[in-house]
Amino acid sequence: MPEILDRARARVLDDGAGLDESDILAVLRLPDEDLPDLLQLAHDVRMKWCGPEVEVEGIVSLKTGGCPEDCHFCSQSGLFASPVRSVWLDIPSLVEAAKQTAATGATEFCIVAAVRGPDKRLMDQMRAGVKAIKEAVDIQVAASLGMLSQEQVDELAAMGVHRYNHNLETCKSYFPSVVTTHSWEERWSTLTMVRESGMEVCCGGILGMGETLEQRAEFAAQLAELDPHEVPLNFLTPRPGTPFGDRPVVEGKDALRAIAAFRLALPRAILRYAGGREITLGDLGTREGLLGGINAMIVGNYLTTLGRPATADLELLADLKMPVKSLSATF
Amino acid sequence: MAYCDRCGEPGSHAACVAARELEPPRYCPDCRRRMKVQVVPTGWTATCVEHGERRG
Ligand code: SF4
Ligand SMILES: [Zn+2]
Ligand SMILES: [Zn+2]
Repeated sequence: MPEILDRARARVLDDGAGLDESDILAVLRLPDEDLPDLLQLAHDVRMKWCGPEVEVEGIVSLKTGGCPEDCHFCSQSGLFASPVRSVWLDIPSLVEAAKQTAATGATEFCIVAAVRGPDKRLMDQMRAGVKAIKEAVDIQVAASLGMLSQEQVDELAAMGVHRYNHNLETCKSYFPSVVTTHSWEERWSTLTMVRESGMEVCCGGILGMGETLEQRAEFAAQLAELDPHEVPLNFLTPRPGTPFGDRPVVEGKDALRAIAAFRLALPRAILRYAGGREITLGDLGTREGLLGGINAMIVGNYLTTLGRPATADLELLADLKMPVKSLSATF
Repeated sequence: MAYCDRCGEPGSHAACVAARELEPPRYCPDCRRRMKVQVVPTGWTATCVEHGERRG
């Protein structure tokens, strides 16, 4: 067994401390023949420090498209020739989406808007939407509405939004190659306010945007420093019309190595499968990732793209004997 | 279908058909207008001002 895995076993599995950046990089560089041992270690870490439960979530776009920002992976930026048009979801449809999500056994429902940050119209919709969901559906409501002011943070917390998603997307050194209309530091400052409000912090990103392995390790280490409650991991699905529209998708084995590396960097975090796993990993790889550090998933469709049916994922979890985390277990 | 509902170009394209398994349509196949598309966890609706709503 490579020395790095012995070191990781002692530090992460036994002591519950995350790997530092240079060790994360060593993990990302492990050859294919060490991948099974790596995944097994990451799985052992997840089982010891998080347990067998899997947190299931559904997401929906409240406001799609027409975003003024220029995140180069995003089909919802109004600055690119993407075919995605601007559209708002009405409140009855939002509540229906929350009901459908709860029916899968999911405990999380995340409301997302394609904006730099919320304006009055969006905050009004959120207030009405969260209230309507809480009256009709037994599910925890999360939100992802871009950068926030302190006032907006306080307002969302008061509405009962229990977790806020704001992805750093990539490491600090690569961020300017992905986004030019705002900075990594601006995102960090929203995350700091969210943490101080008492809402849970959800922060992850997208792999496969052209970052080096060193930068992937840098990103994992920066997330570990932030210490979020949840880390959603996306793999780039190149979107037509965006600057990253012609990028190759991440290789399955590289994705699995990254999953395990992020688990070893963040032993206690909820590490969630988000977008791109269908293309990057397929059915077999999805299963391997759940046995290699992942302990949460988004089921059903994404914001502008489609996932596989929730039933397929729930059957997989049953087959793996991994119980879906229940609402009572989340308090 | 006169136009590809993924890329809006005339005809049908194997790569677009394959990609559509994990994407809703974006262009109206009758008039190639960009449609208003709403994705929800269990489906999608796509609306052309001229040719109405499609669902999946
Ligand atoms: S801020 Fe969000 S919606 Fe806007 S371009 Fe960036 S990722 Fe897309
Ligand atoms: Zn086409
Ligand atoms: Zn039409």
